[in-house]
Amino acid sequence: MSTTATRTMVTSGASTRRRPGGTRKMREGSRAETTTAWLFLSPFLALFLLFTAIPAILAIGASLTDMTARDIRDPLGVNFTGFEGFAKIIANPGFQGAFFNTIMFVVLCVPISMGLGLALALMLNNGIRRLKTFFRAAVYIPVITNIVAAAVIWQYAFSITGPVNSTLGDLGIGEPNWLGQPGWAVTTVVLMGVWRTTGTCMILFLAGLQAVPEEIYEAAATDGAGTWRRLWSITLPLLRPTTLLITVLMTVSFLNIFEEPYLLTKGGPLGSTKSIAVWVYEQFGFGNVSASMAGSVLLLLLVGIVAIVQFRLLRPKH
Amino acid sequence: MKTLSPSRQALNYTALTVVTVFMLLPFVWVFFGSFKTQAEFLGNPGAWFPESFQIDNYIQLFADREFGTYMMNSFVVSGVAIVGNVLFSAMAGYALAKLRFRGKNFVFPLVIISMIVPYVALFVPQFVVVVQMGLVNSLVAIILPVLILPLCVFIMRQFAHGVPFELMEAARLDGAGEGRLFFRIFLPLTGPGLATVAILSFLTSWNNFLWPLVVAQSQDTYTAPVGLSVASQASNTISFGLLLAGAVVVLLPILILFLFLQKYFIQGVATAGLK
Repeated sequence: MSTTATRTMVTSGASTRRRPGGTRKMREGSRAETTTAWLFLSPFLALFLLFTAIPAILAIGASLTDMTARDIRDPLGVNFTGFEGFAKIIANPGFQGAFFNTIMFVVLCVPISMGLGLALALMLNNGIRRLKTFFRAAVYIPVITNIVAAAVIWQYAFSITGPVNSTLGDLGIGEPNWLGQPGWAVTTVVLMGVWRTTGTCMILFLAGLQAVPEEIYEAAATDGAGTWRRLWSITLPLLRPTTLLITVLMTVSFLNIFEEPYLLTKGGPLGSTKSIAVWVYEQFGFGNVSASMAGSVLLLLLVGIVAIVQFRLLRPKH
Repeated sequence: MKTLSPSRQALNYTALTVVTVFMLLPFVWVFFGSFKTQAEFLGNPGAWFPESFQIDNYIQLFADREFGTYMMNSFVVSGVAIVGNVLFSAMAGYALAKLRFRGKNFVFPLVIISMIVPYVALFVPQFVVVVQMGLVNSLVAIILPVLILPLCVFIMRQFAHGVPFELMEAARLDGAGEGRLFFRIFLPLTGPGLATVAILSFLTSWNNFLWPLVVAQSQDTYTAPVGLSVASQASNTISFGLLLAGAVVVLLPILILFLFLQKYFIQGVATAGLK
C-alpha cells in the first residue's frame, strides 16, 4: 500500500517543510555547491522560461494586438489595439456561452465527483474487509486511461444506435440522442468528466482518511455515537483540509475542461458543450490569434482568482 | 469501527460492485467491440458481444503503416520524456532540497507556479514560441514541454528531503565531489521517487493530446492519440472495429504497466492531484 507515502506527499504539499538548520545556514554553500545547484537547475529553468514565462508574457502582449495566424511567423508586424480585444470577446455571445458552460461543468461535475469519491473512500477505508485493492484499482483506472481512446469508446457507446441505447431500449427506458441534443450532450460530457475524476477524489480522500486516528472513533463508539453521527461529527470535520484541497483541484481542472467536450461533441450541438478551452482552441484554428490569446488570459485570470479565493479558505485557521 | 455488521458489509460490497461495473463497462465494451466486423456494426450496432471473435481489425491495424508510425512516435516521445524527467527532475529536486545556494527561495516558487498554470491557457503562445524556434511539426517540439514536468521536480524534492544530511556531509568530508554525491549517494537512495517520476512522466507524455494536436501538422509526426482522434473524426470512411482496436492498442501499455506498478501510479497521481 502506498497510502503512507501518498499522505506525506499530500500534506507536505500544503505546508512546505523546513530543513533543520534554518534558513540562514541554507544560504551559505561552498562555491562548488552553488555552481552545481545552478547547473542542476538549468534544464528546468530553461524550459520554464521557454514554455511558461515567455508564453505568459506573449499571451498578455498578443491579446492587446490584432494578431492573426499570418503574424505567427512575423509577430512584430501586429498593431497595438489595447483592451479592444478583451472588450470584443466579453461582448461575444460565443465566448459568453463558453464561459457559462464552463461554470456549469464545474458546478455539475465537482460535487458529483467529490461526493462519489468520498463515499467510495469511506467504504474502502473501513466498510469492507476484502478486495479493497481491487475496488480501488477499478475506480482508479479511468483516471489513467488515455482520453482519446476513452472518447472513441464513449462516442460509439453513446451513439444513437450504440450499446447504451440498445440496453436502455431493451429495458424500456427510452433511447435519448446522447450526443445530438444539447441537454443530453451536456449530460454525456458530465458523465465522462465524473467517470474520469472520481478516482482522483477517492485516492485523495483515502489519504485524508488514513490520517484520522482510529482512537477517536473508538472513543466515540464507546460514547454510543452511531455511524452517521461519527461521520458527521468526526470524519467530515477532520477531513476539512483534504476536502478543500480536492475542491480547489477539481474546480481548476474543470475550469480547464477541454478533451471531453472537444472529442465527444466538438463543443456542440449548438455550442451547448463548448468550454472556454474549446473556444480558445477554435479561435486559434480560425486564425483569430489575438482573440484566442485574450480568451487564454481570461481563463488564466479566472483560474487564478478561483484558486486564490479557495486557498484562502483552505489555509488552516490558527 | 472495527466491528461491522455483516449486513452493512454486504451493502457496501453491493454499492462498490455497482460503481465498479459502471467504471469498467467502457473497457469491456471496447474490448469486445474490437473483435467485431464492420458488417456486425452495421447490422446490429448495439450488440455487446461479437458473433465470432475476429482478429482482423488488429491485423489490419498493424498492417497500416501510418498507425505504426503513430505508435512509434508515441513510444519515442514517451521514452525520451521518461529519461529526461528522471534525470532532470532528480537533479533539480536534489539541488532544491539538498544544496545550499543563494536564490533557492526564488526558484522553488517557480516550480509551484508552473505546476499551477494550466497548460490549456498557454498552448497558443507556446505554439508561437515553437514556430519562432523553427521546431513546429517535429517530435522535438512535442517532447520539450513534457521533458521536465514541474510536478516531477516537486516529487523529487519531497523524496530528496528523506535522504539524511549526515550521509552527505560525511561523504563531503571524505572528499567526494558534487557529482559523486549526486550519483553515488543521492540517486541510489531515491529509487521509489524515481519510479514514481518515471510512471508519471510516461503517463503524461503518452496521454498528452492537446499539445501534439496543435504542433503535429503532418501524419509523420502524429502521436497515437492524435492519429486516433483524426481517424475518429473521419468516421464515415473508417471501420468502427478498426478504431476500437486502435483504442485498445493505445490503452494497453498503460493498463499493463498499471497491473504491475499500481503503487507508483497511485502515488504519482495522488501528487498529480496538484495539477
